[in-house]
Amino acid sequence: MAEGAAADTIAGPKRPVPWRDVRVIRFALQVAFAAGTFALVRWLAGNLTSNLDRLGIRRDFGFLSQPAGFSILGAPDFRAQDTIQAALIIGMSNAIRVAIIGILLALVIGVVVGVARLSKNWLVARSASAYVEALRNIPPLVLVIFFYLGVLSALPRITEATFIGDVAIVSNRGVWVAWVTVAEGSRAFLIAALLALLAAANVAQWRTRVFDRTGAPHRRLLWATLTFAAVTAAAWFALQPPIEPSLPVLDGRVVTGGAWLYPEYLSLLISLVLYASSFIAEIVRGSILAVHRGQAEAADALGLSSGQRMRYVVLPQALRIAAPAIGNEFLNLAKNVSLGIAVGFAEILRVANTAAGNGQPAPQLLIVVLLGYLTLSLIISVIVNIFNRRLQLVER
Amino acid sequence: MSATTSTRPPVRRVAPARWAKDNLFATPFNALLTLIFAPLVAVVAWWFLRFLAVRARWEIVETNLTLYIVGAFPRDQLWRLWLSLAILAVVFGLIGGLVGATTREAAIAAGRPLTTTRWDRVARLGPPALLLVSLLGFARTFTPFVLTAGVVALGVATSLLARRLPGAVRRSVPLIAVLGIVVALFAISGFGGVPRSAWGGLLITMYYTIGALVISYPLGILFALGRRSSLPMVRWVCGAYVEFFRGSPLITLLFTGWLVLPFFLPADFSTPTLVTRALTIFILFTSAYVAEIVRGGLQAVGRGQWEAAQALGLSPWKQTRLIVLPQALRAVIPGLVGQAISLFKDTTLVLIIGQQDLLAIAQNVTKQDEFLGKGYIIESLVFVGIVYWVASYWLSKESQRLEVRLGVGQR
Repeated sequence: MAEGAAADTIAGPKRPVPWRDVRVIRFALQVAFAAGTFALVRWLAGNLTSNLDRLGIRRDFGFLSQPAGFSILGAPDFRAQDTIQAALIIGMSNAIRVAIIGILLALVIGVVVGVARLSKNWLVARSASAYVEALRNIPPLVLVIFFYLGVLSALPRITEATFIGDVAIVSNRGVWVAWVTVAEGSRAFLIAALLALLAAANVAQWRTRVFDRTGAPHRRLLWATLTFAAVTAAAWFALQPPIEPSLPVLDGRVVTGGAWLYPEYLSLLISLVLYASSFIAEIVRGSILAVHRGQAEAADALGLSSGQRMRYVVLPQALRIAAPAIGNEFLNLAKNVSLGIAVGFAEILRVANTAAGNGQPAPQLLIVVLLGYLTLSLIISVIVNIFNRRLQLVER
Repeated sequence: MSATTSTRPPVRRVAPARWAKDNLFATPFNALLTLIFAPLVAVVAWWFLRFLAVRARWEIVETNLTLYIVGAFPRDQLWRLWLSLAILAVVFGLIGGLVGATTREAAIAAGRPLTTTRWDRVARLGPPALLLVSLLGFARTFTPFVLTAGVVALGVATSLLARRLPGAVRRSVPLIAVLGIVVALFAISGFGGVPRSAWGGLLITMYYTIGALVISYPLGILFALGRRSSLPMVRWVCGAYVEFFRGSPLITLLFTGWLVLPFFLPADFSTPTLVTRALTIFILFTSAYVAEIVRGGLQAVGRGQWEAAQALGLSPWKQTRLIVLPQALRAVIPGLVGQAISLFKDTTLVLIIGQQDLLAIAQNVTKQDEFLGKGYIIESLVFVGIVYWVASYWLSKESQRLEVRLGVGQR
């Protein structure tokens, strides 16, 4: 290698030998790492396919169009001869429904409790602290089972059900509450409501322009709400009412009308909301405390009332700090919907488990479930990120 | 009067009437809140205390206390558990004492006030005392008291001893701790002991928690470092791993471990036990979360620290281990403890795949003949709920204390 060495001395900076050349080392390391990972994944996948073949388990997704052979709690329209695919879709929509309602309730309760923890009223602050400390240190599964077996199952039997006026029936088979059914001819009203929304947006824009021009208070939210209310009220009376109230009626052992909150659903929802709200409350409290003291003092100096100080100065800034962490809690809540399986709530994992128990291939079913929850997580994080970006400080 | 001058502000004494006016009736709105909340709080507190002290039929817990704690563990082998507990008391005493001593020194060096008023010290004993009371309060014989007292004494003695250890021994404590945990495990299952499939109750809960902690935390740190690596290939693989496990619900993963994991192994491998499968899933899942927490800590360490370490001529491994990681981990202690608490609470999920953990036992004991169909589930769940609650609460309080000591978030 004498020629090579001579060429190096002439060419100036000496290139290190390959095994000391950082570029070569990096390349070799990455190739080795990639090869190792690939080999591991291949080994696992190879084992999976050979094991499934050996045991005679199918490896395709054709089973999805086979009849399910089971019924689903809370979905009376689903029949056993419907496909597994349809069953999984019902499971997914059940999961999404609990996730959305749970997130909204947890957010509201969490914010209220979080602000209450900072109340100047000792009793309120301590009660809020107790709420948070009590709930966030208990496994959510304990809560779910407690509400299902301990509380909702202990309610009176349907024959001795408790009536709350005409609007609710409470029994151990669930709670029926007054609800509404969509009436005939609701489409015209829907169009009217859309128009009302449009009008409200225009009014809000107009108020903003007035504010920009004259500096008079814009009160655009108030104006927009009033416009919307006025137009929809007019439509309500001019057209047929789009919805009809539906009161639960007990007839023997059967309840008709109303909305049925069955124990499986209710216990899961209550537990998830209680659990998530305690974490959200803690985030809200931390975020409010993280807003610099000077901001509150400046608001005081401007003569804002304590409510105004919170509404216009502290909360908007706290929200910016809290948003990513609260988004994380939303994701946790959505994933915890799968706890429903413990009480037999028909979310997608429960449906898949039932199907697997009927002899359908578990690997594919679990892939579907994982994809379902990953999609749900993805949708929530996309929404949170959009919201988050809008909140971020626009720096000059 | 002590010789040291206190840096604390003097405590302002306020007359009760004045205190009530300031804190309960400061404004009309505040007074209204008080009037609404006071009866509400009183009713809830009265109702709960009356349940605990009077109405609850605790005989279900008294009869089944051993079942709650160890499940179907053979009763003639219980001495193994006490032996193992004694070893664990030494391990945790060692860690506790050492962490206490180190953080105390750090706090003194940085001039941060030590939070040790007399009231603090009493309050600190509250949660562990409550845990012991809630477990031992239902014991019917005298033996558990004596043995527990012995274990606690051993732990306290070790922690006091640990404070006086020389630096060289201190550095090897993590290794001693891991060894101790392995030995404690072996004391139960080794030498003709009890296989893990016969463990249950609080025992299996603790096994999952400690076992997954010990393995997943180092693994998580590796994944975090991998995600911050300068090699794109490593970064992508670690990122994909972390995102996959963070995006999936743990129960679904446990199901996968239960139903599908054996398929991933060659046909001639013996199928791992259900306990091993569940533990594997806990490890994979927790390490992804730990990776994300540690990554946050790594991001908080300034570039200058790496550069300074490079300037000192340290190898990349030493830069990471001696300069960057200690700072990164210190910054994320609350997150790491929080994850440990989450793991502890998440172990309840094994009930869904048919394991007899503490929560599963709480459900199953109500199916015994003498308790069936009489609503004993409430007492049973309240009991295990309190056990979970106190343990989690204790950990979170200790973590907050540590945070103050280390001045996390202060500069």
